[in-house]
Amino acid sequence: MPKQTFILNGKPVTVNVNDDVRVLWVLRDLLGVTGPKYGCGINVCKACTSHINGKAFNPCAVRVGDLKPQDRLTTIEGLNETVGKDLHPMQKAWLDQDVSQCGYCQPGQIMAAVALVKKVRREGREIRDSDLDNIRNICRCGTYFRIREAIEQGARDMR
Amino acid sequence: MTFSSLDNAHSTPEPNEGAAGLGRRSFLGYVMAGSTLVVAADLSMAKPARAAVPSGPQIPELYDLEDLQTDAAAPTSQLITVTINRDGTASFALPRAEVGQGILTSTAMILAEELDLPMSKVKVTLAPARPELLLNQLTGGSNTTFSTYTPIRVAGALARQRLLEAAAILFGTTTNRLTTTGGVISDGLGNNATYGDLASDAASQVVEAVEVFLRPPSDFKVIGKPKNRTDARDAVTGKKKFTTDLDVPGALPTMVCRAPEHMGTPKRLKNRARVLKMDGVTHVAVVPTGVAVRARTFGQCIDAIREMDVEWNPGTASGESDSTVLAKLRGQELPMVVPNVPILAETVEADFAFAFRSSASLEPYAAIADVREDRATIWAGLKVPILAQQRVAEAVGLSQDQVTVNVITSGGSFGHKLFGDHAIEAATISQAMKKPVKLMWHRIDEPRQGRLHPMCTSRVRATVLNGQVLSFEQRNTSVTTDFSHGLGEMITSQADELDPIGLGGLGFAESIFSLTQELPYNFGVVTQLLNEPLEFEDTFSTGSMRNIYSPDVCTAAELTIDKIAKKVGKDPLEFRLEFLKNERVKAALRKVAKEGNWGRKMPKGTAQGIAIHKEYKGATAVLVEIDCRPQTVNRDLGKETVTGPRVTKVVIAVDAGLVINPRGVEAQMQGGVMDGIALTLTSSCHLRDGKFLEGSWDNYFYTRQWNVPKDLEVHIMPSDSETPGGIGEAAVGSTAAAVACAYVRATGETPKYFPVNHGQISFKPKSYVPSVPPSPTNGLKLTR
Repeated sequence: MPKQTFILNGKPVTVNVNDDVRVLWVLRDLLGVTGPKYGCGINVCKACTSHINGKAFNPCAVRVGDLKPQDRLTTIEGLNETVGKDLHPMQKAWLDQDVSQCGYCQPGQIMAAVALVKKVRREGREIRDSDLDNIRNICRCGTYFRIREAIEQGARDMR
Repeated sequence: MTFSSLDNAHSTPEPNEGAAGLGRRSFLGYVMAGSTLVVAADLSMAKPARAAVPSGPQIPELYDLEDLQTDAAAPTSQLITVTINRDGTASFALPRAEVGQGILTSTAMILAEELDLPMSKVKVTLAPARPELLLNQLTGGSNTTFSTYTPIRVAGALARQRLLEAAAILFGTTTNRLTTTGGVISDGLGNNATYGDLASDAASQVVEAVEVFLRPPSDFKVIGKPKNRTDARDAVTGKKKFTTDLDVPGALPTMVCRAPEHMGTPKRLKNRARVLKMDGVTHVAVVPTGVAVRARTFGQCIDAIREMDVEWNPGTASGESDSTVLAKLRGQELPMVVPNVPILAETVEADFAFAFRSSASLEPYAAIADVREDRATIWAGLKVPILAQQRVAEAVGLSQDQVTVNVITSGGSFGHKLFGDHAIEAATISQAMKKPVKLMWHRIDEPRQGRLHPMCTSRVRATVLNGQVLSFEQRNTSVTTDFSHGLGEMITSQADELDPIGLGGLGFAESIFSLTQELPYNFGVVTQLLNEPLEFEDTFSTGSMRNIYSPDVCTAAELTIDKIAKKVGKDPLEFRLEFLKNERVKAALRKVAKEGNWGRKMPKGTAQGIAIHKEYKGATAVLVEIDCRPQTVNRDLGKETVTGPRVTKVVIAVDAGLVINPRGVEAQMQGGVMDGIALTLTSSCHLRDGKFLEGSWDNYFYTRQWNVPKDLEVHIMPSDSETPGGIGEAAVGSTAAAVACAYVRATGETPKYFPVNHGQISFKPKSYVPSVPPSPTNGLKLTR
């Protein structure tokens, strides 16, 4: 069985699994990293949103064999380490706004929010309402309003 | 959010009624035998002691030493216990399910209040199935806080009382000279002891029954103040564990290949050997609900299901479609009985259909089961764990006491986890494979095979004369709602009490309908009736979706009320205020009208709508603004999205009685608003030839960010009630209705069918064979 190697939350990992298994299951079922959630398995609900090399991606839609050894994956568990703090400013904003209800979608929401702020900054601008409207992550508890407030706070604190 | 007026709204406590009877704030609690302090209260004690202790005798008359010794092993079967640990923390296992509604937080607040302990030292967990609680372990009907508020306070107050007594002995003083702050008892003279220090001293070697006094609401320091959720940090750091996150030894990922038709069953798997040879697969088993596969990863389960060649039996709705079911419902509608009104009275009629909807949460059905020869253990999100325990025992041929059911925090419920479908299926598979299994439903299984809110019709006929409404008749006709999760049994057990109010002899569904529906208007002769034709009894997998009947009933009623108002030439707000008979509802309605600037001039194609709902000992009023202009309705956000009309503003006012956590109430209102918007505008399941078309969130259009109102205000009305009302469902019905009313005012068209987009199918249905879609591979091209 092939050896799959990549960098997960700052540390190199190697897993024996076939190329075809999606990264979500490698993380959850083989490595026990359960922050990224399953909500659809077809890249629609975005509950598994994590980062690859600093950009948002959905591990349910990536074969583990397509990862390169130098690819840096970050899940919600490693988000704080990317800023060298106990909590990332976006997580702090989520706490301040008391966003979570059941909490199942929230790791994906936070990872999507951080990537969104980075993306608009790369484009040399700030978050607009239309950016928030375009977030695909589903929250079946309907915490969307507080999510929007938290992203605005988190964006301010990510400067 | 506003809640400022709550602080001074509490009434002053009434004095103790004297030695002859227990005062109105005194209750009976128990100190349990143990090496550390363990106190208990009777969970069935939802009412003040006057009701629980009739005729007011002294405690020993009710419960003397002899009784106490006799019962020492189990003073009552309905006890909840709070333990004071030697580290100074208090722990409590709540016999309810946390599904996102925030009851772990509000329960910690109630205990912190009575114990004078910081919330960080109050550890609330979920109790496993406790069969001795009988029906008192059901999370539903927005009832948790209402039913547990008093018993939890009694236990907390008793623990504090006992700790004070222990400290008084230690310090050589009396309890009235002591104060409790943050888990420390002081005598003001330099003597301090923590609860942890005193936990052993305060313990008892025998069970004692003790009279407990609760503090008056005017003394509350925690209850009524906004608090963030106690599990928030775990949720945002990925540490919060849901069922599929648990690491149970040997419980490998397991999924089920399901029939194309709704509730179809497997005949046989034709390529078992081939499937067993697939990468990662360990076991395959044909079970009553489909063909199960266990593998090293869920991804390999998905691949195996796609490879399976299964022969299927037809489903229970074979040949049926939305249109055929609707026609049958129409044929069974109960007749209106026009009351004897003057011949000049005019009639206003309305008639609506409501589509099937999926109650599935984002966390799909999931359960871990480890079934052995002589025992079984289950881990799952379950709102009625006792019933799941019974059904699991039946399914695997064990006795109930051989089955342990652990209740795990759920990733949402909305009524979906009232049933133990997932636990029973997991146990059946574990038994068949002789291995522990971690069962998860594929998303596609949820709308196609999971629990649904049943399709229904709602007809209304009102008669009007000289500006007065003489009669208002509403007839709901629905595909059968499955209440076999215990709420039905609760009704049966209360049959004697229900009989005098005219509910005796009604079926479960009709009783629940009658117990939840209330039209708080002075409309002369009012009748609201439900009919669920027997022919649909076993056709669909249904259940109570958040707010059960109310969203449909309320939408139909409030739309009709707008129609009547128009007929008599009145503004919708003015008309409602004139006919509403309840001051709490009127106050909420006035609040949203004022805060939402009712009647402001709006551009063509946009409009306001206003509606009310009264239920669960509370009331809500909602004002919305909607934009139905073509440039909004037709905005294109790319594939997998539906847009449609956008609700741009929502103002909601809720009178929830006594509020434990205003921040939690606000959250429940905000979430309920999103449900209401989805129910009226976008979310439904389509039945075609015995199959449901929807397969995932790109087909089932729950509210998404692009349909979220940018302006959303929640107002919590001041209340002098001393009991908490239900808040988990309160916003759904009134929002659904207000959105519908606004839609009609913006477009000039009254929809006949809800949600309004049900007529257009905007997606290509996913395959039925294979029963699950392929896992995508293009994720690296879509980084963002």
